Amino acid sequence: MKKLINSVDAIVTDTLRGVAAAHPSLRVDFENRVIYRRNAPHQGKVALVSGGGAGHEPLHGGFVGYGMLDAACPGEVFTSPVPDQMIEASKGVDGGAGVLHIVKNYTGDVLNFEMAAELCADEGIEVASVLVNDDVAVQDSLYTAGRRGTGATLFVEKIAGALAETGAPLAEVARLAQEVNERSRSFGVALSAGTVPAAGKPTFDLSDTEIELGIGIHGEPGRTRTTHREAREIARLAMDAVNDDVPLSGDTLVLLNGMGGTPLLELYIVYGEVAAYLEEKGARAVRCLVGNYVTSLDMQGFSVSVCRLTDELTRLWDAPVETAALRWGR
Amino acid sequence: MDTSFFLAWIKEAATAVQAERDHLTQLDAAIGDADHGANLDRGFAAVRQVLADTPPQTPGAVLVQAGSALIRKVGGASGPLYGTAFRQMGRALGEAPEVTPADLVTALEAAQEGVQKLGGAAEGDKTLVDAFAPAVRALAQAVQDGANLEDALQTATAAAEEGARATVPLQARKGRASYLGPRSVGHKDPGAASTALIFAALRRAAGPA
Repeated sequence: MKKLINSVDAIVTDTLRGVAAAHPSLRVDFENRVIYRRNAPHQGKVALVSGGGAGHEPLHGGFVGYGMLDAACPGEVFTSPVPDQMIEASKGVDGGAGVLHIVKNYTGDVLNFEMAAELCADEGIEVASVLVNDDVAVQDSLYTAGRRGTGATLFVEKIAGALAETGAPLAEVARLAQEVNERSRSFGVALSAGTVPAAGKPTFDLSDTEIELGIGIHGEPGRTRTTHREAREIARLAMDAVNDDVPLSGDTLVLLNGMGGTPLLELYIVYGEVAAYLEEKGARAVRCLVGNYVTSLDMQGFSVSVCRLTDELTRLWDAPVETAALRWGR
Repeated sequence: MDTSFFLAWIKEAATAVQAERDHLTQLDAAIGDADHGANLDRGFAAVRQVLADTPPQTPGAVLVQAGSALIRKVGGASGPLYGTAFRQMGRALGEAPEVTPADLVTALEAAQEGVQKLGGAAEGDKTLVDAFAPAVRALAQAVQDGANLEDALQTATAAAEEGARATVPLQARKGRASYLGPRSVGHKDPGAASTALIFAALRRAAGPA
Protein backbone atom coordinates (compact mmCIF):
# COMPACT_ATOMS: atom_id res chain seq x y z
CA MET A 1 0.00 0.00 0.00
CA LYS A 2 1.38 3.38 -1.02
CA LYS A 3 -0.67 6.31 0.24
CA LEU A 4 -0.10 9.97 1.09
CA ILE A 5 -0.86 9.59 4.78
CA ASN A 6 1.01 10.25 8.01
CA SER A 7 -0.48 7.30 9.84
CA VAL A 8 -3.53 5.11 9.40
CA ASP A 9 -5.00 6.24 12.71
CA ALA A 10 -4.67 9.95 11.92
CA ILE A 11 -6.34 9.94 8.49
CA VAL A 12 -9.57 11.70 9.42
CA THR A 13 -7.91 14.20 11.75
CA ASP A 14 -5.25 15.08 9.20
CA THR A 15 -7.87 15.43 6.45
CA LEU A 16 -9.84 17.83 8.63
CA ARG A 17 -6.68 19.86 9.24
CA GLY A 18 -6.22 20.21 5.52
CA VAL A 19 -9.87 21.14 4.97
CA ALA A 20 -9.63 23.84 7.66
CA ALA A 21 -6.44 25.22 6.15
CA ALA A 22 -7.81 25.22 2.59
CA HIS A 23 -11.27 26.70 3.18
CA PRO A 24 -11.58 29.77 5.38
CA SER A 25 -15.34 29.77 4.69
CA LEU A 26 -15.60 26.63 6.84
CA ARG A 27 -15.15 26.10 10.55
CA VAL A 28 -13.85 22.73 11.67
CA ASP A 29 -14.52 21.34 15.14
CA PHE A 30 -11.67 18.84 15.48
CA GLU A 31 -12.77 17.41 18.79
CA ASN A 32 -16.28 16.52 17.64
CA ARG A 33 -15.31 16.08 14.00
CA VAL A 34 -17.82 18.42 12.44
CA ILE A 35 -17.37 20.72 9.43
CA TYR A 36 -19.59 23.84 9.70
CA ARG A 37 -20.26 26.89 7.58
CA ARG A 38 -18.16 29.55 9.28
CA ASN A 39 -21.21 31.72 10.05
CA ALA A 40 -23.62 28.96 11.19
CA PRO A 41 -26.29 28.99 12.56
CA HIS A 42 -28.55 31.02 10.29
CA GLN A 43 -31.57 32.25 12.22
CA GLY A 44 -34.88 31.18 10.71
CA LYS A 45 -33.35 28.93 8.04
CA VAL A 46 -33.85 25.17 8.01
CA ALA A 47 -30.39 23.66 8.51
CA LEU A 48 -29.12 20.66 6.57
CA VAL A 49 -26.80 18.15 8.21
CA SER A 50 -25.31 15.12 6.55
CA GLY A 51 -22.57 12.72 7.36
CA GLY A 52 -21.10 9.39 6.51
CA GLY A 53 -17.86 7.50 6.49
CA ALA A 54 -14.73 9.23 5.23
CA GLY A 55 -13.34 8.11 1.89
CA HIS A 56 -16.10 9.60 -0.30
CA GLU A 57 -14.66 13.12 -0.60
CA PRO A 58 -15.77 15.68 -1.57
CA LEU A 59 -18.99 14.16 -0.11
CA HIS A 60 -20.04 15.50 2.46
CA GLY A 61 -17.67 18.17 3.76
CA GLY A 62 -17.07 19.55 0.27
CA PHE A 63 -20.78 20.35 0.05
CA VAL A 64 -20.94 22.52 3.17
CA GLY A 65 -21.66 26.15 2.30
CA TYR A 66 -24.25 28.54 0.93
CA GLY A 67 -27.04 26.72 -0.93
CA MET A 68 -26.17 23.24 0.33
CA LEU A 69 -25.26 21.78 3.74
CA ASP A 70 -24.86 23.67 7.01
CA ALA A 71 -22.70 20.97 8.56
CA ALA A 72 -21.19 17.57 7.80
CA CYS A 73 -19.82 14.91 10.12
CA PRO A 74 -17.23 12.48 8.78
CA GLY A 75 -16.82 9.08 10.39
CA GLU A 76 -13.77 6.88 10.11
CA VAL A 77 -13.01 5.59 6.61
CA PHE A 78 -16.18 3.87 5.33
CA THR A 79 -17.67 3.89 8.85
CA SER A 80 -20.68 5.97 9.74
CA PRO A 81 -20.12 8.79 12.20
CA VAL A 82 -21.38 8.40 15.77
CA PRO A 83 -24.51 10.02 17.28
CA ASP A 84 -22.44 12.47 19.37
CA GLN A 85 -21.11 14.10 16.19
CA MET A 86 -24.56 14.41 14.64
CA ILE A 87 -26.05 15.87 17.82
CA GLU A 88 -23.21 18.39 18.09
CA ALA A 89 -23.63 19.32 14.41
CA SER A 90 -27.42 19.69 14.77
CA LYS A 91 -27.06 21.91 17.85
CA GLY A 92 -24.46 24.02 16.08
CA VAL A 93 -26.56 24.75 13.01
CA ASP A 94 -30.12 24.93 14.36
CA GLY A 95 -31.38 28.45 13.70
CA GLY A 96 -34.76 27.71 15.23
CA ALA A 97 -36.37 26.38 12.04
CA GLY A 98 -35.31 22.78 12.54
CA VAL A 99 -32.69 20.49 11.07
CA LEU A 100 -32.90 18.06 8.14
CA HIS A 101 -30.69 14.99 8.44
CA ILE A 102 -29.71 13.61 5.05
CA VAL A 103 -28.91 9.93 5.56
CA LYS A 104 -27.57 7.46 3.03
CA ASN A 105 -29.29 4.11 3.40
CA TYR A 106 -26.68 1.91 5.08
CA THR A 107 -27.43 0.03 8.29
CA GLY A 108 -24.77 1.88 10.27
CA ASP A 109 -25.67 5.36 9.05
CA VAL A 110 -29.37 4.73 9.64
CA LEU A 111 -28.88 3.39 13.19
CA ASN A 112 -26.55 6.20 14.25
CA PHE A 113 -28.70 8.95 12.73
CA GLU A 114 -31.84 7.46 14.33
CA MET A 115 -30.20 7.55 17.74
CA ALA A 116 -29.02 11.11 17.11
CA ALA A 117 -32.49 12.27 16.00
CA GLU A 118 -34.04 10.88 19.20
CA LEU A 119 -31.47 12.59 21.38
CA CYS A 120 -31.87 15.87 19.44
CA ALA A 121 -35.61 15.73 20.10
CA ASP A 122 -34.82 15.34 23.82
CA GLU A 123 -32.85 18.57 23.58
CA GLY A 124 -35.68 20.41 21.88
CA ILE A 125 -34.27 20.44 18.34
CA GLU A 126 -36.80 19.63 15.65
CA VAL A 127 -35.29 17.05 13.28
CA ALA A 128 -36.63 15.55 10.07
CA SER A 129 -34.74 12.87 8.18
CA VAL A 130 -34.57 11.88 4.54
CA LEU A 131 -33.17 8.53 3.50
CA VAL A 132 -31.33 8.41 0.19
CA ASN A 133 -31.61 5.04 -1.56
CA ASP A 134 -31.00 5.46 -5.28
CA ASP A 135 -28.81 2.48 -6.19
CA VAL A 136 -30.66 0.16 -8.55
CA ALA A 137 -27.97 -2.55 -8.25
CA VAL A 138 -29.61 -3.70 -5.03
CA GLN A 139 -32.70 -5.32 -6.41
CA ASP A 140 -34.60 -7.25 -3.85
CA SER A 141 -35.42 -4.94 -0.97
CA LEU A 142 -37.22 -7.60 1.08
CA TYR A 143 -34.07 -9.67 1.37
CA THR A 144 -31.48 -6.93 1.66
CA ALA A 145 -30.83 -3.89 3.81
CA GLY A 146 -32.53 -1.98 0.99
CA ARG A 147 -31.09 0.13 -1.79
CA ARG A 148 -27.92 2.01 -1.00
CA GLY A 149 -27.59 5.77 -1.03
CA THR A 150 -25.01 6.85 -3.61
CA GLY A 151 -24.76 9.64 -6.22
CA ALA A 152 -28.28 11.01 -5.68
CA THR A 153 -27.11 12.23 -2.27
CA LEU A 154 -25.47 15.14 -4.11
CA PHE A 155 -28.77 15.96 -5.87
CA VAL A 156 -30.68 15.86 -2.58
CA GLU A 157 -28.15 18.04 -0.77
CA LYS A 158 -28.02 20.62 -3.57
CA ILE A 159 -31.72 20.90 -4.33
CA ALA A 160 -33.00 20.73 -0.74
CA GLY A 161 -30.23 23.15 0.25
CA ALA A 162 -31.41 25.64 -2.37
CA LEU A 163 -34.98 25.39 -1.10
CA ALA A 164 -33.85 25.89 2.50
CA GLU A 165 -32.13 29.16 1.49
CA THR A 166 -35.52 30.53 0.40
CA GLY A 167 -36.82 30.23 3.97
CA ALA A 168 -39.08 27.23 3.27
CA PRO A 169 -40.23 25.35 6.39
CA LEU A 170 -38.72 22.02 7.51
CA ALA A 171 -41.62 19.85 6.34
CA GLU A 172 -41.42 21.32 2.85
CA VAL A 173 -37.64 20.95 2.61
CA ALA A 174 -37.95 17.34 3.79
CA ARG A 175 -40.70 16.61 1.30
CA LEU A 176 -38.69 18.01 -1.59
CA ALA A 177 -35.58 16.09 -0.50
CA GLN A 178 -37.70 12.93 -0.57
CA GLU A 179 -39.03 13.80 -4.02
CA VAL A 180 -35.49 14.28 -5.39
CA ASN A 181 -34.53 10.88 -4.02
CA GLU A 182 -37.59 9.21 -5.52
CA ARG A 183 -36.88 10.75 -8.92
CA SER A 184 -33.25 9.58 -8.92
CA ARG A 185 -31.57 6.31 -9.82
CA SER A 186 -27.91 5.28 -9.88
CA PHE A 187 -25.66 2.41 -10.95
CA GLY A 188 -21.91 1.92 -10.45
CA VAL A 189 -19.15 0.00 -12.23
CA ALA A 190 -15.61 -0.71 -10.98
CA LEU A 191 -12.46 -1.51 -12.94
CA SER A 192 -10.49 -2.03 -9.73
CA ALA A 193 -11.21 -1.94 -5.99
CA GLY A 194 -10.00 0.75 -3.66
CA THR A 195 -7.62 0.14 -0.78
CA VAL A 196 -8.96 0.84 2.72
CA PRO A 197 -5.89 2.12 4.60
CA ALA A 198 -6.58 0.00 7.70
CA ALA A 199 -6.80 -3.15 5.55
CA GLY A 200 -3.75 -2.26 3.44
CA LYS A 201 -4.82 -4.07 0.30
CA PRO A 202 -7.66 -3.78 -2.23
CA THR A 203 -11.00 -5.01 -0.88
CA PHE A 204 -11.46 -7.27 -3.88
CA ASP A 205 -9.31 -8.37 -6.80
CA LEU A 206 -10.18 -7.89 -10.44
CA SER A 207 -7.96 -9.13 -13.23
CA ASP A 208 -7.13 -6.92 -16.23
CA THR A 209 -9.94 -8.51 -18.19
CA GLU A 210 -12.71 -8.19 -15.60
CA ILE A 211 -15.04 -5.46 -14.35
CA GLU A 212 -17.44 -5.45 -11.41
CA LEU A 213 -21.04 -4.35 -11.98
CA GLY A 214 -23.36 -2.87 -9.39
CA ILE A 215 -20.73 -1.75 -6.91
CA GLY A 216 -21.42 0.46 -3.93
CA ILE A 217 -19.21 3.19 -2.53
CA HIS A 218 -17.60 1.24 0.33
CA GLY A 219 -15.40 -1.12 -1.61
CA GLU A 220 -17.91 -3.92 -1.21
CA PRO A 221 -17.96 -6.18 -4.25
CA GLY A 222 -20.82 -5.73 -6.70
CA ARG A 223 -23.59 -8.07 -7.77
CA THR A 224 -21.81 -9.60 -10.73
CA ARG A 225 -18.51 -9.72 -12.50
CA THR A 226 -18.15 -9.65 -16.25
CA THR A 227 -15.52 -9.22 -18.94
CA HIS A 228 -14.04 -5.81 -19.59
CA ARG A 229 -15.19 -4.17 -22.81
CA GLU A 230 -15.47 -0.86 -24.67
CA ALA A 231 -16.64 2.23 -22.76
CA ARG A 232 -19.71 2.37 -25.00
CA GLU A 233 -20.83 -1.09 -23.92
CA ILE A 234 -20.06 -0.52 -20.25
CA ALA A 235 -22.04 2.73 -20.30
CA ARG A 236 -24.91 0.84 -21.89
CA LEU A 237 -24.86 -1.87 -19.17
CA ALA A 238 -25.09 0.84 -16.51
CA MET A 239 -27.77 2.85 -18.26
CA ASP A 240 -29.82 -0.26 -19.05
CA ALA A 241 -29.89 -1.03 -15.32
CA VAL A 242 -31.19 2.48 -14.61
CA ASN A 243 -33.66 2.47 -17.50
CA ASP A 244 -34.99 -0.98 -16.60
CA ASP A 245 -35.84 0.32 -13.14
CA VAL A 246 -37.55 3.52 -14.28
CA PRO A 247 -37.84 4.21 -18.00
CA LEU A 248 -35.94 7.39 -18.85
CA SER A 249 -37.79 10.25 -20.48
CA GLY A 250 -37.97 14.02 -20.55
CA ASP A 251 -35.46 16.39 -19.00
CA THR A 252 -32.88 14.84 -16.72
CA LEU A 253 -30.03 15.85 -14.46
CA VAL A 254 -27.07 13.49 -14.83
CA LEU A 255 -24.09 12.95 -12.53
CA LEU A 256 -21.28 11.04 -14.23
CA ASN A 257 -19.29 10.40 -11.10
CA GLY A 258 -15.72 9.15 -10.85
CA MET A 259 -15.00 6.69 -8.02
CA GLY A 260 -11.70 8.39 -7.19
CA GLY A 261 -9.13 6.61 -9.33
CA THR A 262 -10.33 7.24 -12.88
CA PRO A 263 -9.06 10.12 -15.06
CA LEU A 264 -11.51 12.80 -16.14
CA LEU A 265 -10.63 11.90 -19.71
CA GLU A 266 -12.28 8.52 -19.28
CA LEU A 267 -15.23 9.98 -17.38
CA TYR A 268 -15.94 12.29 -20.33
CA ILE A 269 -15.76 9.34 -22.72
CA VAL A 270 -18.38 7.56 -20.63
CA TYR A 271 -20.47 10.73 -20.34
CA GLY A 272 -20.57 11.05 -24.13
CA GLU A 273 -21.99 7.52 -24.30
CA VAL A 274 -24.50 8.25 -21.53
CA ALA A 275 -25.75 11.40 -23.29
CA ALA A 276 -26.16 9.44 -26.54
CA TYR A 277 -28.03 6.69 -24.69
CA LEU A 278 -30.45 9.21 -23.21
CA GLU A 279 -31.11 10.72 -26.64
CA GLU A 280 -31.79 7.26 -28.03
CA LYS A 281 -34.43 6.78 -25.30
CA GLY A 282 -36.03 10.14 -26.05
CA ALA A 283 -34.67 11.76 -22.89
CA ARG A 284 -32.30 14.72 -22.56
CA ALA A 285 -29.53 15.58 -20.13
CA VAL A 286 -30.36 19.25 -19.64
CA ARG A 287 -28.02 19.57 -16.65
CA CYS A 288 -24.97 17.50 -15.83
CA LEU A 289 -21.91 17.14 -13.67
CA VAL A 290 -18.84 15.14 -14.72
CA GLY A 291 -16.15 14.52 -12.12
CA ASN A 292 -15.24 12.99 -8.79
CA TYR A 293 -18.01 13.85 -6.31
CA VAL A 294 -19.06 10.69 -4.45
CA THR A 295 -15.89 8.67 -4.41
CA SER A 296 -14.72 5.40 -2.93
CA LEU A 297 -11.08 6.10 -2.05
CA ASP A 298 -8.91 5.14 -5.05
CA MET A 299 -11.38 2.82 -6.73
CA GLN A 300 -11.30 2.95 -10.52
CA GLY A 301 -14.66 3.21 -12.18
CA PHE A 302 -17.73 5.39 -12.30
CA SER A 303 -21.30 5.65 -11.21
CA VAL A 304 -24.04 7.30 -13.17
CA SER A 305 -26.98 8.98 -11.44
CA VAL A 306 -30.02 10.29 -13.25
CA CYS A 307 -32.72 12.52 -11.77
CA ARG A 308 -35.89 13.13 -13.75
CA LEU A 309 -36.35 16.88 -13.45
CA THR A 310 -39.37 19.09 -12.95
CA ASP A 311 -39.31 22.86 -13.52
CA GLU A 312 -39.04 23.37 -9.77
CA LEU A 313 -36.11 20.98 -9.44
CA THR A 314 -34.31 22.55 -12.42
CA ARG A 315 -34.73 26.03 -10.93
CA LEU A 316 -33.40 24.90 -7.55
CA TRP A 317 -30.49 23.04 -9.16
CA ASP A 318 -29.56 26.29 -10.96
CA ALA A 319 -29.83 28.37 -7.77
CA PRO A 320 -26.55 29.78 -6.42
CA VAL A 321 -24.25 27.49 -4.47
CA GLU A 322 -20.91 28.18 -2.86
CA THR A 323 -19.12 25.17 -1.37
CA ALA A 324 -15.63 23.73 -1.67
CA ALA A 325 -16.71 21.32 -4.41
CA LEU A 326 -19.67 22.99 -6.14
CA ARG A 327 -19.97 26.68 -6.84
CA TRP A 328 -21.96 28.71 -9.31
CA GLY A 329 -24.31 31.66 -9.64
CA ARG A 330 -22.86 33.74 -6.85
CA MET B 1 -20.77 -12.77 39.70
CA ASP B 2 -19.76 -9.33 41.00
CA THR B 3 -18.49 -6.08 39.51
CA SER B 4 -14.97 -7.45 39.12
CA PHE B 5 -16.31 -10.41 37.13
CA PHE B 6 -17.88 -8.08 34.59
CA LEU B 7 -14.78 -5.89 34.45
CA ALA B 8 -12.80 -9.06 33.77
CA TRP B 9 -15.23 -9.95 30.96
CA ILE B 10 -14.73 -6.57 29.30
CA LYS B 11 -10.96 -6.92 29.63
CA GLU B 12 -11.02 -10.42 28.14
CA ALA B 13 -13.27 -9.23 25.31
CA ALA B 14 -11.01 -6.26 24.57
CA THR B 15 -7.95 -8.51 24.50
CA ALA B 16 -9.67 -11.02 22.21
CA VAL B 17 -10.89 -8.34 19.82
CA GLN B 18 -7.42 -6.83 19.66
CA ALA B 19 -5.83 -10.23 18.99
CA GLU B 20 -8.41 -11.05 16.30
CA ARG B 21 -8.58 -7.53 14.87
CA ASP B 22 -7.02 -8.41 11.52
CA HIS B 23 -8.97 -11.64 11.21
CA LEU B 24 -12.28 -9.83 11.76
CA THR B 25 -11.30 -7.18 9.26
CA GLN B 26 -10.40 -9.84 6.68
CA LEU B 27 -13.78 -11.54 7.18
CA ASP B 28 -15.40 -8.13 6.66
CA ALA B 29 -13.31 -7.45 3.55
CA ALA B 30 -14.85 -10.51 1.90
CA ILE B 31 -18.48 -9.44 2.25
CA GLY B 32 -18.47 -5.99 3.83
CA ASP B 33 -16.21 -3.02 4.00
CA ALA B 34 -13.06 -4.24 5.74
CA ASP B 35 -13.34 -2.35 9.01
CA HIS B 36 -15.03 -4.58 11.60
CA GLY B 37 -11.86 -5.51 13.49
CA ALA B 38 -10.50 -1.97 13.50
CA ASN B 39 -13.81 -0.50 14.64
CA LEU B 40 -14.42 -2.96 17.48
CA ASP B 41 -10.82 -2.68 18.63
CA ARG B 42 -11.16 1.10 18.78
CA GLY B 43 -14.47 0.72 20.61
CA PHE B 44 -13.21 -1.68 23.28
CA ALA B 45 -10.12 0.48 23.82
CA ALA B 46 -12.52 3.37 24.49
CA VAL B 47 -14.56 1.17 26.84
CA ARG B 48 -11.50 0.26 28.90
CA GLN B 49 -10.55 3.93 29.10
CA VAL B 50 -14.02 4.92 30.33
CA LEU B 51 -14.08 2.12 32.92
CA ALA B 52 -10.64 3.16 34.17
CA ASP B 53 -11.58 6.85 34.35
CA THR B 54 -14.87 6.40 36.19
CA PRO B 55 -14.82 2.99 37.89
CA PRO B 56 -18.36 1.60 38.05
CA GLN B 57 -19.67 0.21 41.34
CA THR B 58 -22.13 -2.43 40.12
CA PRO B 59 -22.22 -5.07 37.37
CA GLY B 60 -25.07 -3.14 35.74
CA ALA B 61 -23.03 0.06 35.69
CA VAL B 62 -20.06 -1.73 34.06
CA LEU B 63 -22.27 -2.87 31.21
CA VAL B 64 -24.19 0.39 30.76
CA GLN B 65 -20.95 2.38 30.66
CA ALA B 66 -19.39 -0.11 28.25
CA GLY B 67 -22.42 0.04 25.96
CA SER B 68 -22.53 3.82 25.96
CA ALA B 69 -18.84 4.02 25.08
CA LEU B 70 -19.34 1.60 22.17
CA ILE B 71 -22.24 3.68 20.84
CA ARG B 72 -20.19 6.86 21.15
CA LYS B 73 -16.94 5.57 19.67
CA VAL B 74 -17.45 2.78 17.16
CA GLY B 75 -19.82 4.10 14.51
CA GLY B 76 -21.04 1.85 11.72
CA ALA B 77 -23.70 -0.71 12.56
CA SER B 78 -21.66 -2.61 15.12
CA GLY B 79 -21.36 0.39 17.48
CA PRO B 80 -25.09 0.88 18.05
CA LEU B 81 -25.78 -2.88 17.99
CA TYR B 82 -23.12 -4.01 20.48
CA GLY B 83 -23.63 -0.81 22.45
CA THR B 84 -27.32 -1.55 22.76
CA ALA B 85 -26.60 -5.16 23.76
CA PHE B 86 -24.35 -4.13 26.67
CA ARG B 87 -26.65 -1.29 27.74
CA GLN B 88 -29.73 -3.53 27.78
CA MET B 89 -27.85 -6.14 29.80
CA GLY B 90 -26.77 -3.48 32.26
CA ARG B 91 -30.27 -2.09 32.59
CA ALA B 92 -31.70 -5.55 33.16
CA LEU B 93 -29.24 -6.11 36.01
CA GLY B 94 -30.23 -2.85 37.69
CA GLU B 95 -28.38 -1.92 40.89
CA ALA B 96 -27.74 -5.48 42.07
CA PRO B 97 -24.21 -5.97 43.46
CA GLU B 98 -24.28 -9.72 42.71
CA VAL B 99 -25.55 -11.48 39.61
CA THR B 100 -26.80 -15.07 39.60
CA PRO B 101 -26.57 -17.28 36.51
CA ALA B 102 -30.34 -16.89 36.10
CA ASP B 103 -29.94 -13.08 36.19
CA LEU B 104 -27.24 -13.36 33.53
CA VAL B 105 -29.60 -15.32 31.29
CA THR B 106 -32.33 -12.70 31.75
CA ALA B 107 -29.88 -9.89 30.98
CA LEU B 108 -28.57 -11.61 27.85
CA GLU B 109 -32.13 -12.20 26.67
CA ALA B 110 -32.82 -8.47 27.12
CA ALA B 111 -29.63 -7.72 25.15
CA GLN B 112 -30.68 -10.01 22.30
CA GLU B 113 -34.13 -8.44 22.20
CA GLY B 114 -32.59 -4.95 22.07
CA VAL B 115 -30.26 -5.89 19.23
CA GLN B 116 -33.02 -7.52 17.20
CA LYS B 117 -35.37 -4.60 17.74
CA LEU B 118 -32.74 -2.09 16.66
CA GLY B 119 -31.29 -3.98 13.71
CA GLY B 120 -34.40 -5.84 12.64
CA ALA B 121 -32.50 -9.07 12.03
CA ALA B 122 -33.85 -12.56 12.65
CA GLU B 123 -31.87 -15.77 12.96
CA GLY B 124 -30.72 -16.93 9.53
CA ASP B 125 -30.17 -13.40 8.17
CA LYS B 126 -26.38 -13.89 8.49
CA THR B 127 -25.76 -11.41 11.27
CA LEU B 128 -24.42 -11.45 14.81
CA VAL B 129 -27.86 -12.71 15.90
CA ASP B 130 -26.93 -16.11 14.41
CA ALA B 131 -24.27 -16.50 17.10
CA PHE B 132 -26.02 -14.55 19.86
CA ALA B 133 -29.38 -16.31 19.84
CA PRO B 134 -28.14 -19.93 20.07
CA ALA B 135 -25.62 -18.92 22.74
CA VAL B 136 -28.35 -17.37 24.90
CA ARG B 137 -30.60 -20.40 24.37
CA ALA B 138 -27.80 -22.81 25.29
CA LEU B 139 -26.94 -20.82 28.39
CA ALA B 140 -30.57 -20.68 29.52
CA GLN B 141 -30.93 -24.43 29.07
CA ALA B 142 -27.68 -25.22 30.88
CA VAL B 143 -28.57 -22.96 33.81
CA GLN B 144 -32.03 -24.49 34.00
CA ASP B 145 -30.45 -27.95 34.02
CA GLY B 146 -28.36 -26.92 36.99
CA ALA B 147 -24.95 -26.80 35.33
CA ASN B 148 -22.23 -24.86 37.14
CA LEU B 149 -21.33 -21.43 35.76
CA GLU B 150 -18.14 -22.50 33.96
CA ASP B 151 -19.88 -25.38 32.19
CA ALA B 152 -22.93 -23.31 31.31
CA LEU B 153 -20.74 -20.59 29.77
CA GLN B 154 -18.68 -23.24 27.97
CA THR B 155 -21.89 -24.55 26.40
CA ALA B 156 -22.95 -21.03 25.43
CA THR B 157 -19.56 -20.32 23.85
CA ALA B 158 -19.67 -23.54 21.86
CA ALA B 159 -23.15 -22.63 20.63
CA ALA B 160 -21.98 -19.14 19.61
CA GLU B 161 -19.02 -20.57 17.73
CA GLU B 162 -21.19 -23.15 16.01
CA GLY B 163 -23.72 -20.41 15.15
CA ALA B 164 -20.96 -18.29 13.63
CA ARG B 165 -19.66 -21.24 11.57
CA ALA B 166 -23.20 -21.92 10.39
CA THR B 167 -23.40 -18.46 8.81
CA VAL B 168 -20.94 -19.54 6.11
CA PRO B 169 -23.50 -21.10 3.74
CA LEU B 170 -26.15 -18.45 4.41
CA GLN B 171 -27.09 -15.59 2.08
CA ALA B 172 -27.09 -12.28 3.92
CA ARG B 173 -30.42 -10.50 4.28
CA LYS B 174 -29.33 -7.65 6.55
CA GLY B 175 -26.41 -5.27 6.68
CA ARG B 176 -23.87 -4.46 4.02
CA ALA B 177 -23.28 -8.08 3.02
CA SER B 178 -26.87 -8.26 1.80
CA TYR B 179 -25.92 -6.05 -1.17
CA LEU B 180 -23.94 -8.98 -2.52
CA GLY B 181 -26.96 -11.22 -2.81
CA PRO B 182 -25.91 -14.83 -3.51
CA ARG B 183 -22.24 -13.80 -3.50
CA SER B 184 -22.40 -13.43 0.28
CA VAL B 185 -22.68 -17.24 0.49
CA GLY B 186 -19.49 -19.07 1.48
CA HIS B 187 -18.18 -16.48 3.97
CA LYS B 188 -18.46 -16.33 7.73
CA ASP B 189 -20.34 -13.29 9.01
CA PRO B 190 -17.86 -10.99 10.80
CA GLY B 191 -20.47 -9.88 13.36
CA ALA B 192 -21.28 -13.47 14.28
CA ALA B 193 -17.54 -14.14 14.57
CA SER B 194 -17.02 -11.23 16.97
CA THR B 195 -20.05 -12.28 19.01
CA ALA B 196 -18.47 -15.71 19.44
CA LEU B 197 -15.28 -14.00 20.67
CA ILE B 198 -17.26 -12.00 23.23
CA PHE B 199 -19.00 -15.14 24.56
CA ALA B 200 -15.63 -16.91 24.77
CA ALA B 201 -14.38 -13.92 26.77
CA LEU B 202 -17.34 -14.31 29.13
CA ARG B 203 -16.39 -17.95 29.62
CA ARG B 204 -12.80 -16.99 30.45
CA ALA B 205 -13.99 -14.37 32.94
CA ALA B 206 -15.46 -17.25 34.94
CA GLY B 207 -12.03 -18.84 35.39
CA PRO B 208 -9.58 -21.08 33.51
CA ALA B 209 -11.08 -23.80 31.34
